[in-house]
Amino acid sequence: MSLEIRTLSEIMNPPQTADSPLSTQEYFVNMGPQHPATHGVLRLVLKMDGETIREVIPVLGYIHRSIEKMAEYLHGRQIVHLTDRMDYLSALANNWAVSRAVETAMGVQTNPRIETIRTLICELQRVQSHQLWWGVLGLDLGALTSFFYGFRDREEITDILEETTGARLTMNYIQPGGLMFDLHPNFVPRVKAFIKYFRPKLDEYETLLSENVILQERLRNVGVLSAEDAIGYGATGPVLRASGIPLDLRKQQPYGVYDQVEFSVPVGTVGDCWDRYWIRIEEMRQSLGIIEQLIDNIPDGKFMEMKPAAKLKLPAGSFYLQIETARGSLGVFLQGTGEDIPHRCHFRSPNFNNLWSVTKTAVGGKIADLVAIVSTLDLVIPDVDR
Amino acid sequence: MTDAELFAKLQEVDARVVQLPNCRPLAVEVPVGFLLAFMGKLKSRPDLRFIQLLDHLAMDWPEKNEFELVYQLYSIEHDLLLAVHTRISRESPYALTMSRLWPIAQYQEREVFDLFGILYEGHPDLRRLFLEDDWVGFPLRKDYKDYFMLEMPE
Repeated sequence: MSLEIRTLSEIMNPPQTADSPLSTQEYFVNMGPQHPATHGVLRLVLKMDGETIREVIPVLGYIHRSIEKMAEYLHGRQIVHLTDRMDYLSALANNWAVSRAVETAMGVQTNPRIETIRTLICELQRVQSHQLWWGVLGLDLGALTSFFYGFRDREEITDILEETTGARLTMNYIQPGGLMFDLHPNFVPRVKAFIKYFRPKLDEYETLLSENVILQERLRNVGVLSAEDAIGYGATGPVLRASGIPLDLRKQQPYGVYDQVEFSVPVGTVGDCWDRYWIRIEEMRQSLGIIEQLIDNIPDGKFMEMKPAAKLKLPAGSFYLQIETARGSLGVFLQGTGEDIPHRCHFRSPNFNNLWSVTKTAVGGKIADLVAIVSTLDLVIPDVDR
Repeated sequence: MTDAELFAKLQEVDARVVQLPNCRPLAVEVPVGFLLAFMGKLKSRPDLRFIQLLDHLAMDWPEKNEFELVYQLYSIEHDLLLAVHTRISRESPYALTMSRLWPIAQYQEREVFDLFGILYEGHPDLRRLFLEDDWVGFPLRKDYKDYFMLEMPE
């Protein structure tokens, strides 16, 4: 057994060996932290041999804000307000994950209205997140048009959510015991109008980008992730499903009202970038279907089941609950000691675990392939670093 | 499979497992010396098949002078969730790496090393993950102090 603590500079500056004094064969290239194709401050150190990637070393921590340390000084209701800064494209799902963990720990029951609204609003955000991903994917691969299309349609959902939650990006709406406020009266008609507007647009997305020969060439058989590797490297969400594992927490361990709606889980066959692309497009269709089934059936009731000032005392014990965000399963671990602040709060972020498959799939490819791989992994870096 | 059934199966695997009270999902504690063998059986036994390591984290208990390590496992085949806990001493925080069973453990352990200073024996690439290589101290330990951290007024 060996135990040696290494540093990045040791890896990037290996000792010169005598038989290669020129050292012209392999060299290191920094991709990021400020690189448009890494979607944030992700730094990838690439060991290159000519144009071929030999090794990918992700270097994290450029946006580490120690959310887990902060959460050790906050109540369950306050932790919710940190989670929207992790995965900002699934802010509401992050809220929900923490709320579920606190509710389960304390044994709080919610009513059908709360659960329906939570499901509805998270599915809306899933569509919104995939729209942004689709637009940015085109941009990464050199097609500017899709970026404008994606953002134009994303704006519609952002407006709807802004009316209800009061924010356009870092939304806080779901809290332990219910919601922060009731739905805006305009919500139902506007969502219905949006579905009518977006269904034909989704078909347009397909004709614009999916059927493009260049895009197909860039994505097909690039970054193939086998099912075994996907499981071993901890991938979840669309990345895992693209490798042929039909694992979706909404089906497997239903929460909210997902057991009352009908939808199917798209599964890939090859595990390449194209499968990951196609699955997200299909997921948008399924999410629209879920919203359609729920939008006319929001039950009446209270939007909050606890008094706003009630103390949230976490019982002694450890609780780990998961939720399916747009990127995979987000787990929240809470260790209670009978006080209102947790002894330890940990987030199992889907992006952190999805990221590492890139060290496997990008090796042997070109930098242009790496851009496609990182783009189809759909990483949100603040969630990786937390 | 209910929690009781799963726990009975785990006792077949290793009789030394102890169930932890008031946890969700089912949480068991294993002495650290048997952990690697226990985990290997959890992964390979056909009636368990915990092939996915969802999460790995540590907890600091300064008053007990212990670190608690937690592994969240998931069995895709049987749809089972399980948390495996183990305790190591705070003075010599050594644990064995799980990276040979689950490749993702390598990176999750690097995070725990970075923030708690747990030393994983046999780890292929033990480096800081979020913080800089020359950072002093381990921030998620309860006794971590830094110059910008304020003291609570009396």
